[in-house]
Amino acid sequence: MADLRTNLAGITSPNPFWLASAPPTNSGYQVQRAFEAGWGGAVWKTLGDPILNVSSRYAAVHFNGQRVAGFNNIELITDRPLEVNLKEIYETKKRFPNHAVVASLMVEPNQGAWHEIVKKTEAAGVDGLELNFGCPHGMAERGMGSASGQVPELVMKQTNWAKEAAETPVIVKLTPNITDITATAEAAVQGGADAVSMINTINSLAGVDIDTWLPIPHVGGKGAHGGYCGPAVKPIALNMVSECARNSRINVPISGMGGVSNWQNAIEFMLMGASNVQICTAAMHHGFRIVEDLIDGLSTYLDDRGILSVQDIIGKSVPTFSDWGNLDLNYKVVARINNDVCINCNKCHIACEDTSHQCIDMLNDPSGNAILQVREEDCVGCNLCSIVCPVDGAIDMIQLNHEHPPMTWNERQTLIGSLKDKKVSK
Amino acid sequence: MSSLESSIQKELQKNFTEVIPSLTNQEAFQESQRCLYCYDAPCITACPTGIDIPTFIKKIASGNMKGSAKTIMTANPVGASCSRVCPTEELCEGACVLNHTTKPILIGNLQRYATDWAIKNDQVLFKQGQPNGKKVAIVGGGPAGLSAARELALLGYDVTIYEAESEAGGLDTYGIVSFRLPKSVSLWEVEQVQNLGVTIKTGVKVGEDIPFDEIYSMHDRVILAIGMASVPNLNIPGEQSSGVYDAIELVKKTKAAPFPTELKDKKVVVVGAGNTAIDGATCSVRLGAENVKILYRRSEQEMTAYDFEYEFAKQDGVEFRWLTQPIEILTNKEGKVEGIKCIRMQLLKAAQGERRRTVPVPDSEFIIECDAVIKAIGQKRHLHFIEELGLAHKEGVILINNETMETSNPKVYACGDVIFGKGQGEAMVVSAAQQGKTAAYHMHESLKESYTA
Repeated sequence: MADLRTNLAGITSPNPFWLASAPPTNSGYQVQRAFEAGWGGAVWKTLGDPILNVSSRYAAVHFNGQRVAGFNNIELITDRPLEVNLKEIYETKKRFPNHAVVASLMVEPNQGAWHEIVKKTEAAGVDGLELNFGCPHGMAERGMGSASGQVPELVMKQTNWAKEAAETPVIVKLTPNITDITATAEAAVQGGADAVSMINTINSLAGVDIDTWLPIPHVGGKGAHGGYCGPAVKPIALNMVSECARNSRINVPISGMGGVSNWQNAIEFMLMGASNVQICTAAMHHGFRIVEDLIDGLSTYLDDRGILSVQDIIGKSVPTFSDWGNLDLNYKVVARINNDVCINCNKCHIACEDTSHQCIDMLNDPSGNAILQVREEDCVGCNLCSIVCPVDGAIDMIQLNHEHPPMTWNERQTLIGSLKDKKVSK
Repeated sequence: MSSLESSIQKELQKNFTEVIPSLTNQEAFQESQRCLYCYDAPCITACPTGIDIPTFIKKIASGNMKGSAKTIMTANPVGASCSRVCPTEELCEGACVLNHTTKPILIGNLQRYATDWAIKNDQVLFKQGQPNGKKVAIVGGGPAGLSAARELALLGYDVTIYEAESEAGGLDTYGIVSFRLPKSVSLWEVEQVQNLGVTIKTGVKVGEDIPFDEIYSMHDRVILAIGMASVPNLNIPGEQSSGVYDAIELVKKTKAAPFPTELKDKKVVVVGAGNTAIDGATCSVRLGAENVKILYRRSEQEMTAYDFEYEFAKQDGVEFRWLTQPIEILTNKEGKVEGIKCIRMQLLKAAQGERRRTVPVPDSEFIIECDAVIKAIGQKRHLHFIEELGLAHKEGVILINNETMETSNPKVYACGDVIFGKGQGEAMVVSAAQQGKTAAYHMHESLKESYTA
């Protein structure tokens, strides 16, 4: 079995699966249950000045019968006294010395406050600290969480304050509620962060009840924006991780999270540069036991490929992720329909006809059977037909031989520019 | 009613409640999600009434139940009944593309779910059209007649249905066993048509209670949707004895309480192997018969009952005696049935394009003990009536222009079972519904000029 041990800026854990700082890591009881189930680490639900929570806190987005495609919450940081949390952290770490216990922290933007909480928390025996600059609701209205995480200068300054006091690695957790996450990631690095983690939740309103016209969820008739997570946000999170991973100025490890629901998702994040992954919604949906298949699936994946350590896949796909201007304009794929597999639902036809490039014909074969056929000369290789096709293997996207040598937009512009220069120089 | 009788009736009521449970909300939602929402879907083509199936299923998925029911009922005025009685595996579900991958969508059950919703929630789905001053008489208020009436009412016609029975709905109300199709469903469909201003005169037998000519002269057009008549005689001795039943009459008696109790603990034989024979047999089982046998002079391969009906009868414990031809009904001194004398048959090779014929095996007579004989060898035609009208027909099957449903008299249209047979039409309720629509549309075409001018 492949070695699943991971190391995030010096914080080691038996496997890359950590529970993210959230309701599942609210107490020692829960974190210890998670470790018993097999989780490699846990980021304790954010410590700070205890807050007051409201009742009616979560909402989910279900899509076409799939429950919890997305998840929204308006719960704040821990509502338990700091001493209670620290005592339970100490007990948990004592029982599970090899598991990663990281404390998430959030205090007002004040040097003394950061120094104090860092020292108290480290005294409880944590393996590391995660600064919560991401929580988008409630706390942000008080100048904490994403409110400070959206200002690079504040990120840098507060990271620096934490680092002044910290002896364990400091991870900075970033908010996605920003135009360019690499700006705040860079600020964290400049502030001395040992690692960054992303993404926190995305500002969201889960829905509106069309019978009562009230927001979902509502608290006695009133709602407020929450933080969105779960499978629906994975592509957003994956992009942010990838953008940071390929940015040479963000030269610290990344802990990836946002919609990670299975071992495949975890591998995707790690290939795109995450040193480990954090998970919350999937556990909230199904319980801690999901970690068994996370580990089993990842381990089998690595074994099947003869990869000895999970660390060997970290960042392996990063070089393939670039800017649009570096994509080959002469690369061409076209759709090909396998009529022996096709069940003739005609969804590809209507999708292409109405919304793409009108190149799938509904025809009859010589014996009169209905068939679908792509006019390859008109196909732009958009993939839509293969996306809407409900049958595996009915539509293949086939790569055609290059008609012209590869050329990217950037190369093309450079070439055109040099031709112009020549003209000018004449 | 004594308490014993009422407890027996209660028991029988249970036997005649619908056997297939309706989908729960959860089941319907999940099943509706499974539909691929095909474009140019083959299920639509496979439905004789062309219900836009993906659309009605999508509407269930989106929670638009009224829209779903309306989509169904627009295409098929007896869509609630059809959701229960259609041979869906030969129609929509048989055409479902998911047959090629997993399993077809339960279209019939979803259709029932949507129409049940409309029934339960007392929905008004349609509005009568602007009156156009034209009058149409429809003889027969079964699926074909109701369907024609509904379409004509939407187009603004003044429609009167003449119905011989005390309630309209025809086969759906009287001829399909309650445990497949409760009477209330059919009567809801009747009510929908009535709500559009259609007058239904029940208990009126045209040709007896009112002359056809009177109706003909009072209306601009007439549609004949008179269906078929009783089961023909077996033409064997003993047929008039007490204990001999007409399968259709028997089913009719079980469509509403009180249920007949005379078959309780009796040995029953049913002659014939079509869907009506199956109905006669399963009704007998549910009426408490001790043993029920179906006798058929051909074999399993030739039987005309749908596979699911055959399977259902077997599940009900009905026994089948193939290649068995009744030749005499035996009676006791009181004239009551006590057995049926049969002869074994053998199948001959089929002549080109024909059904295999059978011939008796010499000296193979045998007797089956029984207390009741149920005849289910097809249905007679209203031959006499049709001849009186002077319409072209072939052995009681009114001949029509297949495209327009016009009879040999251009003011008279015909649809439903009355045109079924002799290579014409289809025997299904859903086909009758479509024919009713077709008759209505073509009649409308023929009349349009006369009032728009």
